[in-house]
Amino acid sequence: MKNKIDILFETKEKDILSVFFTAGYPQLNDTGRILKELQENNVDLIEFGIPYSDPLADGPVIQNASQQAINNGMNLNLLFEQLFKETSTITIPIILMGYLNSVIQFGLEEFYKKCFENSVSGVILPDLPLSEFEDEHKRFADKYNVKVIFLITPNTSITRIKQIDALSTGFIYVVSSNSITGKGHTDFEALEKFYRQLHQIPLKNKTLIGFGINTNSSFKKATQLANGAIIGTAFINALSKEQSISAFINYINTTQPILS
Amino acid sequence: MQTLNMPDKKGYYGEYGGAYIPELLFNNINELEQNYLKIIHSTEFQKEYHDLLENYVGRPTPLYHAKNLSEQFKTKIYLKREDLCHTGSHKINNTIGQILIAKALGKKRILAETGAGQHGVATATVCALLKLECIIYMGQIDMHRQEANVIRMKMLGATIIPAISGSKTLKDATNEAIRGWINDPDSYYLIGSAVGPHPYPDMVAKFQSIISKEIKQQLLKAEGMEEPDLVIACVGGGSNAAGAFFEFIDSKKTKLIGVEAAGKGIDTGYSAATMTLGTTGILHGSRSIIMQTKDGQIIEPHSISAGLDYPGIGPLHAFLGKRKRALYLNVTDEEALQAAFNLTKQEGIIPALESAHALAILNKLELHKDQVLVINLSGRGDKDLPTYLDHYHEK
Ligand SMILES: Cc1ncc(COP(=O)(O)O)c(C=O)c1O
Repeated sequence: MKNKIDILFETKEKDILSVFFTAGYPQLNDTGRILKELQENNVDLIEFGIPYSDPLADGPVIQNASQQAINNGMNLNLLFEQLFKETSTITIPIILMGYLNSVIQFGLEEFYKKCFENSVSGVILPDLPLSEFEDEHKRFADKYNVKVIFLITPNTSITRIKQIDALSTGFIYVVSSNSITGKGHTDFEALEKFYRQLHQIPLKNKTLIGFGINTNSSFKKATQLANGAIIGTAFINALSKEQSISAFINYINTTQPILS
Repeated sequence: MQTLNMPDKKGYYGEYGGAYIPELLFNNINELEQNYLKIIHSTEFQKEYHDLLENYVGRPTPLYHAKNLSEQFKTKIYLKREDLCHTGSHKINNTIGQILIAKALGKKRILAETGAGQHGVATATVCALLKLECIIYMGQIDMHRQEANVIRMKMLGATIIPAISGSKTLKDATNEAIRGWINDPDSYYLIGSAVGPHPYPDMVAKFQSIISKEIKQQLLKAEGMEEPDLVIACVGGGSNAAGAFFEFIDSKKTKLIGVEAAGKGIDTGYSAATMTLGTTGILHGSRSIIMQTKDGQIIEPHSISAGLDYPGIGPLHAFLGKRKRALYLNVTDEEALQAAFNLTKQEGIIPALESAHALAILNKLELHKDQVLVINLSGRGDKDLPTYLDHYHEK
């Protein structure tokens, strides 16, 4: 069976919209509802955050959403069960994003197996060292057809970018600037310079830009450079304010003001 | 000879250690990892480090034969007086070392977390000395219970950022410091215990190893032998214990005991006894033993002592515990308080609440009069006077 991430990139090269939110937020059983609404609004890719008590790379918005989701009772087992119920509805790639400790406690092989069984096409584990991926994760990721996606930043060395590009099969997650999630300001000039370097390598993988993409204008600027962009904190803020999902997506795509 | 006190090339002590960090910190950790041994081994560093330890910190600290305490417990007890270091605890051994590394790397701004405030004060102190900007992250609860140290840090010119997430204690201060570092990659993160991603645990253990180096020399003078029968130290993240154990880890003779905070008791849900309650996992960038739920969520710890109120332990200790090279026990808040009042009465020394945990274990050990014990008195009790005052009438 072909991985949905490959299918996506075969059919769409530009303006890919990926949305991140924390599983189990705002309500424990919102997973299916939010997933369907995002799909209906033509989002290309969905990232579910595995809530973790001590998310080192996240700002207050995602920290709070994580804590709320944990308090609601979310865990990996439950998330897989919820995704299982949506099997027939899921048409776009689903990615799980979380911290390595959650995966280790769940069990490595079990985790990748459950991803495969429950329509998860890829995982992002920002604190997974490359060497540990190669030594311990890769064989399970390959066996269960799950893509492991790595992060790079404008400060990552060219040597390391090449190494990551060689190890990646899904896409590369380009962190817009050296900062935790939710800072809301992106230096697009620096990012443009960085992309000029990337084009010279050139990368074999597609790229999506994330962290700090929160408006139509930043989405547009990011998608001029990359194949697409990822919206996280801004979407979680919209969920907290109970804004309509279609209005939010519309706003990101067209600058339509949100009328909620 | 096999040496157990150092990690392998990849930064592991057995299965524990490593560097589990988001990509955003890769360059910083890599820079440190590539340079720290080179810098430490340079003659310039060695000269400056030892000069500051001697003339600024006041080393060597005494190895004091505590006769009254020895008589009480019918054994021979020496106290390694880290409480007499400048700023009042062993923490400054490490901050002097790391600040010289930061300087060698050309860093201008220092970030640090603190629990009891001793590491924060020691960091603010060396920053004042070397004219570096200093930002300290401290849990809001700890800012209240260790207020004296907050005032000292302010006077020393540090900016203090309260950590208001999670349990608002050391774990959360560490999270905030690491997030601060991600946002400010030009700064240097000066970690205060033998925890964090490689090479921090090794670096901190090396800087604290001065404690056991001195114990060896001083014991040779006092007892005609370098190795005691037993070394005891309290363990939060494990820096003073790493330093007190370091030179004895390969010894066939010396037994090592680390004492953690049981809080209200290990079965109460209000505890910080990681080695008893924890399992293998990842916290603050290293694989070690941590207190966590079966889903891998970190459990909020509890201890009356802010410096031991931490749900993890350094990877060296996880390794020594697993190999049964060191024994990790725990004492409750109440037992630590009793031990603090007892030392004050017996020897006229008011210990830090953290160090009082090491003293409290004496009640639980079978001791003989021909044994020689060294207890690492990691710090003084000035910062804990409000807590002692609260409990004074009960004693
Ligand atoms: C006096 C004293 N002892 C011990 C500790 C615990 O730290 P560690 O386990 O790193 O020695 C602290 C920490 O704040 C302290 O202030």
